[in-house]
Amino acid sequence: MAIRIFVPRDATACALGADDVAEAIRTGAQGRGLDVEVIRNGSRGAFWLEPLLEVETDAGRVAWGPVAAADVAGLFEAGFPGESDHPLLLGPVDEIPWLARQQRLTFVRAGLGNPLSLEDYKSLDGFKGLERALAMEPQAIIDEVRESGLRGRGGAAFPTGIKWQTVLDAPGDSAIGQKYIVCNADEGDSGTFADRLLMEADPYQLIEGMTIAGLAVGATAGFIYLRSEYPHCRKVLEEAIFRAEQAAYLGDDIRGSGKVFRLELRIGAGAYICGEETSLLDSLEGKRGLIRFKPPLPAIKGLLGQPTVVNNVLSLAAVSTILAEGAAYYRDFGTGRSRGTLTVQLAGNIKRGGLVELPFGVTLRELVEDYGGGTASGRKARAIQLGGPLGTYLPESQWDVALDYEALAEIGGMLGHGGIVVFDDTVDMAQQARFAMEFCAVESCGKCTPCRVGSVRGVEVIDHLIAGTEREFNLALLDDLCDTMIEGSLCAMGGLTPYPVRSALEHFPEDFRR
Amino acid sequence: MQASAVSLQEIVDSTIESHHGKVGALLPVLHSIQDKLGHVPKEAVPMIAQAMNLSRAEIHGVMTFYHDFRSEPSGENIIHLCRAEACQAMGARELERHVMESLGIGYGETTADGLVTLEPVYCLGNCACTPSIRINDEIHARVSSEKFDDLLTRLQEKS
Repeated sequence: MAIRIFVPRDATACALGADDVAEAIRTGAQGRGLDVEVIRNGSRGAFWLEPLLEVETDAGRVAWGPVAAADVAGLFEAGFPGESDHPLLLGPVDEIPWLARQQRLTFVRAGLGNPLSLEDYKSLDGFKGLERALAMEPQAIIDEVRESGLRGRGGAAFPTGIKWQTVLDAPGDSAIGQKYIVCNADEGDSGTFADRLLMEADPYQLIEGMTIAGLAVGATAGFIYLRSEYPHCRKVLEEAIFRAEQAAYLGDDIRGSGKVFRLELRIGAGAYICGEETSLLDSLEGKRGLIRFKPPLPAIKGLLGQPTVVNNVLSLAAVSTILAEGAAYYRDFGTGRSRGTLTVQLAGNIKRGGLVELPFGVTLRELVEDYGGGTASGRKARAIQLGGPLGTYLPESQWDVALDYEALAEIGGMLGHGGIVVFDDTVDMAQQARFAMEFCAVESCGKCTPCRVGSVRGVEVIDHLIAGTEREFNLALLDDLCDTMIEGSLCAMGGLTPYPVRSALEHFPEDFRR
Repeated sequence: MQASAVSLQEIVDSTIESHHGKVGALLPVLHSIQDKLGHVPKEAVPMIAQAMNLSRAEIHGVMTFYHDFRSEPSGENIIHLCRAEACQAMGARELERHVMESLGIGYGETTADGLVTLEPVYCLGNCACTPSIRINDEIHARVSSEKFDDLLTRLQEKS
C-alpha cells in the first residue's frame, strides 16, 4: 500500500514553497521506486513550521518541518519517509507542544485531511450538525444557537442567535419573499488569516454552517463574499461548492429533505471597507461599496432590501459544531460571557506565528511570549497592535490583560477579528500613527466627511508633528480631529482609526519628538 | 478600430449573457471582462451600461471605487506589494524602497519594458510569514530584498 504523505496546499504553505516540496517528493519517491501518495491537506495553522510534511504511520502521523524543496533529497537520504534522525524531524505531529496545548474547536479538522474530500469531512463528523438541523424546526435551531452563547467572530461580537431571530421574525417583502444568508469572507485586517485558513482547510464546515443558517431563518439563497486577495481560497471554495452541490448538500433538495439552499461565491474587488456589512451588501448588489445608514439593520432590510443574515466565516462555521454537539458543549468551552473559543492569529514580527485556538482567558503576554516565542528578529518587542488596523497599539505595561471582550474593553482595546501584530524596538510609532490615517484615507468609502476628509487631514497633521512644526497647536488639532472622527463617522472605519493614532501618541510620545 | 470594436461588443454581450439573472451582476461582469482582456477598456463602459440598463456614470463609479479594476492594460505581470502592518513589522517599508528603486517605478506604474506593473495591496492574509508580495496569482512569503531580486530575475527569464 502506498505511504500517505501530506503536504499542505494552504496559501502560506505555498508562499513558502509547498508546491515545489510536493513535486520534489513525488520525483524523489519515483526515483527510489517508493510507492507514495502525496495528499495536499489544509494547514494546521502552525505557519512557522510550514511547509510541514506529515507521514501516516501505524503510530499516527509523523512530521518534518519547515521543509524546503532543497531539503527533500537529504530527507530521502536519511531514510524518509521512514523516521530518521534528520534535523527537520519534529516527531509525532500531535506531540508538537505549540499544537498540543491548543484546544481546537472550530479548527479541529484543519490540516487533517484533503479539504475538498467529502469523505474526509464526513469521517471527521462533518454534516452531523446539518443532519440534525434538517429534522428541526427553525425556532429550535435558533434556540440552540442562542443557548450556545455564540457571538460574532468578525469583530463586533454581536450575539448570533439574536441576529438570526430578527431575520426569522422579519416579515420580509411578500412580493419578493426572499431572505438571504451572506458570509462575510472579506477578511481585510492586517494580521488576520483565520477565515482564510478555515476556508482553505475545512471549507465544508462553512458550507454546512451556512446551510444550517438558511434552514434556521428560512433563507434559500446564500452568498460568500470573498476578497480578491485570496486566490488560493477562491479555488478551494469554487471546487467545494461544486462538490457539495453534486452530493446534494447544497441545492434544491438537500439530502432528500425537499429543503432548498443555493450558495454562490462572489469575489470582491479590492476594498477594505467592504468588510463592513452594509458596504458589503452594496457591493454584492453591484454598486460602489458605500456604507449604509443603520437602522434599518441588515437583519430587517439587507440584500436587495430583504431580511439578511450577515455573519463572519468563523461564526457560521461554529454553527455546525453547535448543532452537531449541542449548545452546552460549545458554551462550556468558555469563561464568563465570552463563550466558545478564542481564535487569535500571531503575526508580524513573531518567531512562531500562526493560528492559536484556546478557551478564553489567556493573556496577551502568554500568547506572544509562550506561543509566539518572542520576536522573529530576536530584538525586544515594543508594541503590539491588537484587532487589526483599527485596533490600539499596546505597550508592554498592558500585555498582561486577559484576552476577552470584557477585559479588553476596560483598557480601550478590542479583540476585533483576533489579529495580534508584534513590532520590535526598531518600530517608529509616529510612522505607525501616520499609516493608520493614510490607510483610512486610501480605504474610506467617502460617504461621510469625518472619515473621508479627517483621514487626509490626519496624515498632514502627523507630518507636521513629525517635522516638529508648531507642536502644541498640532497636538491640539490632532486631538480635535480624532474626536470628530470618533463621534461623527458613520462606521468603524472613521470611528476607530483614531484608536491606533491616539494609543501610539499616548504610549510612545517620544517617537513624535525626534 | 472597427473590427476590434465589434469583437469588444461581442465579448461584452457574451459576458453579460453568462451572468444573466444574477443578483448585482456588475462586479462579476467587470471581473470576467478584465479576466479576458486584462483590463476593462473605456469603450466597453457604454456597452455594459446599455446592456445592463445602467448609466455610464454608475459603471465608472464602480470601476473607480475598487482597486482591482483597471481601464488601461497592465504590464505582463502584476506585482502587489503588501503595505499593511504585519508586513511593516518585518521590513515592508525597506522592501518597498528596494522594489521601487530596482524597478524604477512607483505604484500604479509599469516598467518601460512592460514586464511589471506595481500595485500596493493591504494584506494578503500571509501575516505570520511576512513581508508578503503577490506576483499574479502566486503569493510569496518572507520576501527579503534578495528574494525579490531572485523572483524578478525569474520573471525576466520567463518573458
